[in-house]
Amino acid sequence: MLAILLRRFVSMVLIMAVISFALFLIFESDKSSVAAKVLGQYSLPEQREIWLEKNGYNRPFAERYLSWVGNFLTGKWGQSIQFDQPVSELLLPRLANTGILGGFVFFITIGISLVLGVLSGISEASFKDRAITVFSVLTTSVPEFASATLLVAIFVFWLDWLPGTSPFTNGFELAELVLPVSVLVIYNFGYYTRMTRASMAEVMTSQYVRTAILKGIPFRSVVLKHALRNALIAPFTVMVLQLNYLLSGVIVVEVFFAYKGFGKLLYDSALFGDIYVVEACTMVAVFVAVLSQVISDIGYTLLNPRIRYS
Amino acid sequence: MAKQDQVPVLECNNLSISYYTRSGEIPAVIDFDLTVNPGEAVGIVGESGCGKSTVALAIMNYMGRNGAIVGGEIKFMGRDMTTMSEEELREIRGSEISMVYQEPMASLNPALRCKDQLSEVLTVHEGISENEALDRARVILQDVRLPDPDRILQSYPHQLSGGQQQRVLIAMALLSNPKLLLLDEPTTALDVTVEAGIVELIKDISAKYGTSMIYISHNLGLILETCDRITVMYSGQAVELGTVSQVFDYMRHPYTRGLFSSIPLPGTDRYSTPLVPIRGQLPLPHERPRGCYFGPRCDFFQEGICGGGFIAMRQVGDDPGHTVRCSRYEEIDWEHYKPDAVVQEKAEFGDKVLEVHNMKKYYEIHDNSLKAMISGERVRYVKANEQLDFDAREAETVAIVGESGCGKTTFAKVLMGLEEATEGTILLDGKDISQLPVRQRKPQLVSNLQIVFQNPFETLNPSHNVGSQIGRVLKKFGIAESKKDIQQKVFELLDIVKLPRDFAFRKPRQLSGGQKQRIGIARAFGGNPSVVIADEPVSALDVSVQAAVTGLLTEIQREKRTTMLFISHDLSIVRYLADRIVVMYLGHIMEQGTTDQIFSPPYHPYTEALLSAVPIADTSVIKKHIVLEGELPSPTNPPPGCPFQTRCPHKGRHGTQQLCETEMPPVKEIGPGHRVKCHLDDDILLRMEPVIEFAKTKKGPSVPAGAITAPVRSRTTKPKPKAKPAARRPAKPKGPKRPRALKAARRGNADDLKLISGVGPKLEGVLNGLGIFHFDQVSAWTKEEIEWVDDYLKFKGRIQRDKWIAQSKKLSKKS
Amino acid sequence: MTDKTADHATPPSGLSQFFKALGLLRESRIGMFGVILVGFWVIMAIIAPLLPLHPPNTPMVPLQGPFTTMEDGTNFWLGTDHKGRDILSRLIWGSQLVLLWSTLATIVAYAVGIMLGVAAGYLGGWWDEAISFFANVLLSFPVMVLYLIIITYLGSSGFNVIIAVTFATGPAIMRIVRGLVLDLRTRDYVAAAEVRGERPLYIMIVELLPNARGPLIVDVCLRLGYTAITIALLGYLGIGLPPPDPDWGKMIAEAQPLGSFGANGAIWPAIAISMLVLGLNMLADGLREISLRD
Repeated sequence: MLAILLRRFVSMVLIMAVISFALFLIFESDKSSVAAKVLGQYSLPEQREIWLEKNGYNRPFAERYLSWVGNFLTGKWGQSIQFDQPVSELLLPRLANTGILGGFVFFITIGISLVLGVLSGISEASFKDRAITVFSVLTTSVPEFASATLLVAIFVFWLDWLPGTSPFTNGFELAELVLPVSVLVIYNFGYYTRMTRASMAEVMTSQYVRTAILKGIPFRSVVLKHALRNALIAPFTVMVLQLNYLLSGVIVVEVFFAYKGFGKLLYDSALFGDIYVVEACTMVAVFVAVLSQVISDIGYTLLNPRIRYS
Repeated sequence: MAKQDQVPVLECNNLSISYYTRSGEIPAVIDFDLTVNPGEAVGIVGESGCGKSTVALAIMNYMGRNGAIVGGEIKFMGRDMTTMSEEELREIRGSEISMVYQEPMASLNPALRCKDQLSEVLTVHEGISENEALDRARVILQDVRLPDPDRILQSYPHQLSGGQQQRVLIAMALLSNPKLLLLDEPTTALDVTVEAGIVELIKDISAKYGTSMIYISHNLGLILETCDRITVMYSGQAVELGTVSQVFDYMRHPYTRGLFSSIPLPGTDRYSTPLVPIRGQLPLPHERPRGCYFGPRCDFFQEGICGGGFIAMRQVGDDPGHTVRCSRYEEIDWEHYKPDAVVQEKAEFGDKVLEVHNMKKYYEIHDNSLKAMISGERVRYVKANEQLDFDAREAETVAIVGESGCGKTTFAKVLMGLEEATEGTILLDGKDISQLPVRQRKPQLVSNLQIVFQNPFETLNPSHNVGSQIGRVLKKFGIAESKKDIQQKVFELLDIVKLPRDFAFRKPRQLSGGQKQRIGIARAFGGNPSVVIADEPVSALDVSVQAAVTGLLTEIQREKRTTMLFISHDLSIVRYLADRIVVMYLGHIMEQGTTDQIFSPPYHPYTEALLSAVPIADTSVIKKHIVLEGELPSPTNPPPGCPFQTRCPHKGRHGTQQLCETEMPPVKEIGPGHRVKCHLDDDILLRMEPVIEFAKTKKGPSVPAGAITAPVRSRTTKPKPKAKPAARRPAKPKGPKRPRALKAARRGNADDLKLISGVGPKLEGVLNGLGIFHFDQVSAWTKEEIEWVDDYLKFKGRIQRDKWIAQSKKLSKKS
Repeated sequence: MTDKTADHATPPSGLSQFFKALGLLRESRIGMFGVILVGFWVIMAIIAPLLPLHPPNTPMVPLQGPFTTMEDGTNFWLGTDHKGRDILSRLIWGSQLVLLWSTLATIVAYAVGIMLGVAAGYLGGWWDEAISFFANVLLSFPVMVLYLIIITYLGSSGFNVIIAVTFATGPAIMRIVRGLVLDLRTRDYVAAAEVRGERPLYIMIVELLPNARGPLIVDVCLRLGYTAITIALLGYLGIGLPPPDPDWGKMIAEAQPLGSFGANGAIWPAIAISMLVLGLNMLADGLREISLRD
C-alpha cells in the first residue's frame, strides 16, 4: 500500500519534471522571442539585450532551466505581461473561481449519473434503461459551446430568466453560475452515467450476484450490499480521472460566459503570448491532473479488497 | 432408497424450458422427468449443451430474462414452484433449496468477507442475530473440514484457495439445513486431489444431514461415487434414467452406451480395446432432427421407427425405475454389439530422440513491496522446474502428468524455445536446445518440434481462414512453395485429420471445438515434426469428442513415427495412450516409468494419492481411498524438504518424518527405468497395495449379462401419456380481423410445428390457439397473415420468422 | 473456388467488414438513426457544389431571420449572418470542412496510436515503459491546454490542427490498443506463431491487429465525433482553421458578440454539430450492440 503510494508519487514528480522541461523548451528556449514578448513588438534590439542580460537570460540553457524550476517551486512565477501583475496574485483568485464552478459541476454530475446509472444498470434492457441510455447519448452529443448557445438563446434571449454572461462584476451571484454549471453537467453526466450503467449491468450478471439471489437475499439487499460496492469501483476511478477532461470543458465554458476563472485566464494569456502566465497555468493544470490520477489510484486500492489484501 | 409413501422432495414432470432469442423460441429442455426422494442423491450427467445446468437453474426458478418454463411442472415438497410468487421463491431459495456452483471464485462476492456472506443466509431466512449466525457458521465451517474457521470468516474470498472457496460455498449452502442441495459441476474447476476431498465431503454430508442432492456433472465417475440414481441427458432430453447400477451395468440407450465406450476405463487399452467415439456431433438446439435426437449418430437408427414422431420414455423390461428413451432398445443385441474401431498394433520404439538432463527453470520475480525494498530481498525465484531428467524415443508416447502448478506447461515452453532453461540440457536429435530461443532456431529445427495447444477456442486465429493458417506453416517450413502446392498439401492434411476439404475456406468460428482441435493437429503435423508436444489437447472437449481426437492423434503419430509428449492432468486418458509416464509435483519429477509400472505398485505416495483421486466410471472397480490433507502449495513458496511432505499420508508412518521435512529425497531406481523420488525405504514401497482392483465378479462395463435374459417383450410398457400443450383449443382471437387464409382448419392429426426452427412448445401453443396446426398453413402465409400472426406473438419485432415459411414448405412436402 | 487464395498474409479488408457491419446495422434501431444522421451530413458535404446555394462567403443582406424571401425573390432559408452571408450555404459548406478535417485528423491519430499501442502491448519491456510514460505525460495535460499550447506555438492551420489532435488523442488510442493487445497476446494462436518462428512484426500485423478491429471500429466512430467537436471548438476559440472558410465553430464565435441579434446565426451551427456528433455516437452504439449480439 505504502509502496504503491510511493511509486505513484515518484512517477508524478517525473511527469511534472518532463512537462516543465517541455514547457520551458517551447516558451523560453528562444530568448529573443521572450524579450520581444515581454518588451513588446516595437522595442529596440538594445533594450531587449539589456533586459535579457538583466534577467539572466544569457546564462546557459540548463542553468536557466534549473533556476526557473527553483523559482517556480518557491512561488516566484514571474510577472504577467498582459496584466502587469505578479502571476501568483493573478492566478489564485482565478483558481478559486474555477474551483467553485468545477466543484458544483463535479458533485452535481456525480450525483445525477450515479443515480441514473445504477437505476439503468439494475434493470438492463428495460424501458427505463433504454430511456436513460438514449437520453445520455443525446446530451453527450451536444458539445459545450453548442449547448451554451442553445441555452442562452432560450433562457437569456427568449425567456430572459438568466444572465448571459458570468463576469461576477458585482461579486458572487448564484444566477450567473446556473448556465455555466448546467452546460458542463449536461455534457458530462452522460458519459459517467453510461460508465456506471455498464459497470452495474456487468456486476448484476456476475455469478456472485446470482449466488446472492439464489441464497434468497431480498433484491434490494442484493443491489445495495452485493452489487453496488463492486459496481462503483470502476466509475469512481474514471470519474476522478476525468477531472482532466472536466478542466478542458471548464476552459470553454469560462470563455463562453466570460467567467473570470483560471481557464479564461489561460486562454487569454495563450492568445496574447503572456508566457509566464501560460507556464504557470499549465503547470497548475497538470498538477491537478496528475494529482487526480494519484487520488484515483489510491481510491481504487482502498475500494478493492483484492488489491488491499494481497 | 425411495419409499413410495414419502412425498418426494422434488418432482419434475414433463418439464420443458425454452429460451427466447432473436431466432425464436429455442427449446433447451424437453419433456424432462425427475424425482428426488428424501435423502437421495440423483446425478444428472451429459455433455456440454445438453441442458443439465438449465435444469438446475430452473429448479431454483432462475432462468434469466429470456428463459421460461413452457410446459410441465416442478413440485418441491408437493408444491408447484412454477406458480409461486417471487417472494415465496425467495423464501425457499437458500433455505430449503440451495446450490453450489462450478466456479467457486466467481461465485463468491470479492468485496465482502466470508463472514458477511455466510451470516446473511441465516439473518435473512431465520431472522437471528449476526452473532448467533456466526456461531452457526463456525460449526458448519468445521463440518466442511476447514481448519481455523475464524480465520476463514475474516478472509476475503481471494485470500482462499479454490478448494477452500468451494468448501465455503458448500458451508453456505448447508447453513440453513436445506432439504435439497443442487451441485452444479462443483469440482470441475479444481485439481483432482482437491476434487477427491470435496467429493468425500459431499458423500459425508448426505450421510450426516440426510440432505437430498442433485449432482450435475459431465463425469460419469463422479456420479458413480456420489449418487444413488442417475439421469443421462442428451440434447435437452433425459434419455436414460435408473439407479446407478442399472445404468452403469445394464445401459439400454445407445447414447449411454456410446458415452461409456468413449471414456478410457481401467482395462481399456489403445491396442486391444480402443475407445469408440460417438460419430458426428451434438445437434444445435434449433437443428434437432425429427424423432430421436440421437438418431443421426446412432448405429441402430431405423428411419421408420426412430425418425418419426416424439419418442417417450419407456420402462426397461420389468426393471422398476429404469426408463429409457429409445424405441428399439429391445431389438438391440447389446451383448454382441461391437462397434467398429481401428485396432492398432503396438509400435516398435526407435532411438532416443529427446533427452532431458538435469533441466531447471527458475523464474525471477521482483518483489516491489516496501518490506522487500528495505530487507533487500527484492528478487525471489519461482522454481518452476527442478532437475528434470527423462528421455523419449522415436514413435513413443511419453505423458507428463501433474496438477496445476506442477511445472508441466513451463517445461513445454522451454522445449518450444519460448523460455530458456536456467540450467541443464535438452538434447533433440543430439543437439542441445535448452538455451536456444525459438527465433534463433533454424526452420528445420523449429519444424521438428511442434505443439498442439489446449484451448480449441484460442488455437486458431479467428481472423483468418483455416486453410491459410495451415498453409502458413507449410510455407514457413519450406514444405511447399507455390500457391498451388500449398493448397494441395493443405487438402492432404485435411484428409489426414478427416475433415472435408472445403474446411480450408472456413473461418474458425464456423468449426466446432473438436474440429478446431483437428485443425490444430493438422497444423502441428504439417511440418513433419519428429517430436510433437500435446498440451492437454482434449481437456476442453466433451468426452465423446475426446475419444475421436485422441484416436486421431495416436493414429497420425503412429503412422509418422512421431515422438509425442502428452501433457495432461487426466490420469485415465494418460493410462490409455501413454507408453511411459512422468509424474510431476511442484516442479519435480516424483516418479517415472512405463505405464504399467506407474499404475501398479510400488508407487510414489503422490502417484498413489493421484490414482486414488481419479473417479472411475466402472462399478466393478474397487478403489483404495486416499484423500490428501491440505491444499496444493504455491510454487512461489514451496515447502522445505520433499515438496510433497506437507500432504504426504506416509510421512509420519515410517519414521522418516524428520528426513522428509528437511531433505530433498534422492531419486531411486526401483525397477528397470522406474524411478521414484522418495525417502521411503524400498521394501516399504514394494509392500504397497494396488489402488485400483476389480471386484471378483468382474464384468466388462459394457457387457451386461443379466439383462438380456429378462423377458423383455412379454410386458408391453405403456408409454407415458404426453402432456397436452396448454393451448390446443383455438382461443378467441381478439384484435384485428383474421385473414381468410387463416381460418381455423384442423384436419386429423396436427403436424409437429416444433420442427420449424424457432418454434418451441410455447409458440406452438400460441399458433395452435390461432388455429394453425399444419405446415401447409404456415407455408401459405402471405404478408397479411404474417402481420396478423405477429400481433399474437408477444415477441413481435424481436423474432426473425422470415424463414418459417420456407421451412414449412419443405416440411409439408416431407409429411 | 479453387483460385481462392490461401495466402496467410492478406488480412480481410477493413472496408468489406465495414459494409458488412452496415448491413447488420439494420437490426439496431439506434444504429440506423446514426447512419441516417451521419449519412445526411456526408451526402450534404459531397453534393454541396451541386446544390443551388448562395456563395458561402459573399456578403448580401445582413441579419435576416429564417425563411426570408427578399423582394427580388431570393430566399434565405435560415437567414443571414451579420455580414449578410447566407447561413444555410455556410452550414452546408461548413460540413465539408468539419468532415474532411476530422476524418484526416482521426486517421493520423489512429495510425500513430495503433503503431505505438501494438508495439507497447506486444513487445513489452522497455518499449512498453517508454511508450506508456510518454503517453502518460501527454494524458496529464487537460486536452484544451494541449491544444492551446500546440496551436499558439505552431500557429493555426489545418495541418497543425491535425498535429494537435494527434497529440491529444493518440495516447488514448494507444492505451486502448495496448490493452487489447495485452489480452490478445496470451492467445494460443500467438504462441503458435511464435513457436513456428514468426518475426514480431508479422505477429503484430497478421496475428494481433486483425483481431483488435472490432472494439476499434466502435472507438473510431466515437473518436470521429470528439474530433469533429474539437475542430469546431478550435474554430470557436479562434485557433482552428483560418478564415474566411465557413467553420461551424467560427460561425458561433462570430455571432455571439451580437447578443440576441446573433442568436439565429449561432443556433444553426450549434444544432448542426450536435446532429453530426449524435449520429456518430448512435452509430457507435449500434455497432457495439450488434457486436455484442453475435
